[in-house]
Amino acid sequence: MSTQVIPRPSFSHRSSRWFSRNLIRIYAALAFIYLFIPVAYTFAFSFNDSGKSNLVWQGFTLDNWKNPCGAPQVCKSVANSLQIGVISTVVATILGTMIAFAISRHSFRGRKTTNLLIFLPMATPEVVLGASLLAMFLNLRINPGFWTIVIAHVMFCISFVVVTVKARVASLDPRLEQAAMDLYANERDTFRYVTLPLVMPGIAGAALLAFSLSFDDFIITNFNSGIESTFPKFVYVSAARGIPAQANVIGSAMFFIALIIVIVGQVVSRQRKKS
Amino acid sequence: MAKTKVSQDTGDLVLNRISKYYGDFCAVDDLSLTIPDGSFFALLGPSGCGKTTTLRMIAGLEEPSAGTISIGDTDITTQKSYRRNVNTVFQNYALFPHLSIFENIAFGLRRRGIKDVKDEVEKALNLVELGHLSERKPAQLSGGQQQRIAVARAIVNRPEVLLLDEPLGALDLKLRRQMQIELKRIQLEVGITFIHVTHDQEEAMTMADTIAVMNQGKIEQMGSATELYEAPKTAFVANFLGQCNLIKVKVQSRSGGKVVVSAKGHTFEIPESRVSSSNDALLLGVRPEKLRLDDNGVNSIKECVVTDRSFVGTSTQYLVRTPWDLELVVFEQNDEGLHDLRVGDKVSLEWDSEHTFGLDGAQDVNAGADLDDDE
Amino acid sequence: MAFLHGATKSKSGGESALKKRSLTPYLLLAPGLIWLITFFVIPIFSLASTSTMVRPQGAQIGTYVQELRFANYVDAFLANQEQYVRSFLYAGIATILALAISYPLAYMIAFKAGKYRNILLVLVVAPFFTSFLLRTVAWSQILGDEGPVVTTLKLLPFFDDSIRLTATPFAVVSGLTYNFLPFMTLPLYASLERIDPRTLEASGDLYASGFTTFRKVTVPLSMPGVVAGTLLTFIPAAGDYVNAALLGNPSTKMIGNVIESRFFAVVDYPTAAALSFTLMATILILVTLYIRKSGTDELV
Repeated sequence: MSTQVIPRPSFSHRSSRWFSRNLIRIYAALAFIYLFIPVAYTFAFSFNDSGKSNLVWQGFTLDNWKNPCGAPQVCKSVANSLQIGVISTVVATILGTMIAFAISRHSFRGRKTTNLLIFLPMATPEVVLGASLLAMFLNLRINPGFWTIVIAHVMFCISFVVVTVKARVASLDPRLEQAAMDLYANERDTFRYVTLPLVMPGIAGAALLAFSLSFDDFIITNFNSGIESTFPKFVYVSAARGIPAQANVIGSAMFFIALIIVIVGQVVSRQRKKS
Repeated sequence: MAKTKVSQDTGDLVLNRISKYYGDFCAVDDLSLTIPDGSFFALLGPSGCGKTTTLRMIAGLEEPSAGTISIGDTDITTQKSYRRNVNTVFQNYALFPHLSIFENIAFGLRRRGIKDVKDEVEKALNLVELGHLSERKPAQLSGGQQQRIAVARAIVNRPEVLLLDEPLGALDLKLRRQMQIELKRIQLEVGITFIHVTHDQEEAMTMADTIAVMNQGKIEQMGSATELYEAPKTAFVANFLGQCNLIKVKVQSRSGGKVVVSAKGHTFEIPESRVSSSNDALLLGVRPEKLRLDDNGVNSIKECVVTDRSFVGTSTQYLVRTPWDLELVVFEQNDEGLHDLRVGDKVSLEWDSEHTFGLDGAQDVNAGADLDDDE
Repeated sequence: MAFLHGATKSKSGGESALKKRSLTPYLLLAPGLIWLITFFVIPIFSLASTSTMVRPQGAQIGTYVQELRFANYVDAFLANQEQYVRSFLYAGIATILALAISYPLAYMIAFKAGKYRNILLVLVVAPFFTSFLLRTVAWSQILGDEGPVVTTLKLLPFFDDSIRLTATPFAVVSGLTYNFLPFMTLPLYASLERIDPRTLEASGDLYASGFTTFRKVTVPLSMPGVVAGTLLTFIPAAGDYVNAALLGNPSTKMIGNVIESRFFAVVDYPTAAALSFTLMATILILVTLYIRKSGTDELV
């Protein structure tokens, strides 16, 4: 038998691989610390006994958490943001899901134009979206307010809903729907008992995404809100004077609520797979 | 809940001159077929031969470009798939991942508006011997179990025809053998017409009463496994079912129930009843296990050389080159009469006339060879 | 007779099925597309129309008439070219920094995280559950003159007491980098996660070192993620004005700040519209060139 030299991982090679593997872990850990610095800061300063200005640490208190509506306008703006978020999410999810089904399940004229129309709002800077919509409202002599915000939010959420739901529909095995038809389900029953339940996680994900986009949007909102306030707008406006600690309470609470929703979602889906 | 009305026709399934075009491509070409009520029928062919398209037209998932499909006296050509009394076991099963096994099986019953489904579902589960799994989800089952559930989900509806689209393709060899026997038992028990689509010739021969071999959208030959194997009518069928030696020959005479043919100075005999062509140019076919490494009979070739030898357990397979450089395959049983030849050894070949068949010589000798193991 | 009957039935059945198939998608598309046309396409045209308007002599502030004055674009660009260039420069640097931070992070989650993969993914997104504005304000306070970073730096001998971090280009770029990081990390993760680890093993088997494997196999296969991530970071960063407003000073203003102040402070709609339109056109051209060059048309 001829002896051939086959390169094997040498000890030094292995140790350098070991090193690089840990290097990337250290790097990732640093990246996570970077990501969480402002969150930790916001959380910490929600306990600041600050009075009006929340710039410097003044001492620990639970008062801000006990009375998050203590600062003027905070809760009003949060309530506005929640209302706008819910309405925009419902409308955008319904419209976007319908488009997603049309695109992935039907043939029609103007598919390319439709795809472009879905893509463009995502490729346009928010400042342009906001400015152009406001320019139109002003030309039409419509005063911006609550409903112009909703209109704007639905507009930029639709594309994201379409993309998310479309991905889910595309990953659906067409044979499942054929199997339903084969098992005496007509078109409506097939949609109701097979298609919809299987696409539902995608629709739910799209709705969550739409809500968070709407709730967190500032630039487009700022252009089209008139005197109406939302939570991000409230933070921006009061940033110059120092935002009240109650805003930190709201921000931290949002963080934990969203985290719990995501974790519960993950645990539920994992348990469903197991049992 | 919407209740779907399902036609209740019984009788033979008849495909009358159906064709299916996708643009210019002809998937099924003017195909006519009668499948008797209650039979186990196999559509066998290489991938792309049109067998799955044919099945999908019977299921109502595709509409034929021309022709009609009927069960008994009823034309079902344009009937929606959910109105047909036909069910399908899909390739990769297509079990509903969000429903329990029980609900998967109950799906068809519920769509037809049947309220009390428990007894029927349990009966179907017991038929496939998986009664204990009814509360599980499909993802928690093994491939073989999913396959049985797919069968149960279809036959619980007591369809007139059950279509099986490569149902065993995803299973490993051992499980596949086991499921072949199982499916055969279920078919005998329920008495429904089974139409089984497969590219695996062994599977078709093991299970089906009647096999139709399909090639390029047409049926090449139809018959029992023995008929197709022992008396193929085309080179494609001869090569696609098992292995076959085909020798180009010229007819010398046809008389007394015998056809005498010759190739490169050797003469052979074929029984006239086993010759399917009146041409002078024929292909003489003989299966590898029918060849003997001896030199006594009427049909023999001397001065051959062994060019390859492989031991496969029950038999030894030789490649033997004739004086005119044609390579023939020979299987020799591993029993007392073993020759144990080596590569380069000189041998003679012989066979009995009644084991040969004569095909039209205008065909490609290699049609249908090496097609059965793709996909 | 029976044959004829079958044939006609088949034909009419086919036609009605076709009709139904062709009407449904339009009904599904209509509401959403009408919304997008009314509140996205028409406003863009309305913006284009505003961009060539002129305020008549002596007219009230905010009143404009259409005069098709295309010189508005030249005026707007010449007056703001500094901010214009700065926007693309800052957005470009922020995109490269975000890629440098995200790639190893996404790589680690995709290949080295094992069963912690999902938890780490949640951790990448989690900071963005707090408001975008709050996080930016937090950075402005952390980096602020009385914040912990500057206070610490002042204690060190190499820095004199005039050191500042906020109101600098550094602060604006780091704000942009931070805010759009998940838009980079998530697409990168998605494309890295799709890579079959066996292709990496095959590369090693074929005598490629770890680094060569990374360069020749991992990076090309993750290109769709890189393209998507850079676009999702660059586009919003180029149009952003929040970071520049909260973390910068007048000399770090970006084009977004100019558009905003033209609209609200100066009430000069034509200039704001011309600037918006130029920004959008530039971004669309850059994006098209970039997608062409990287050969990933599937995004559109």
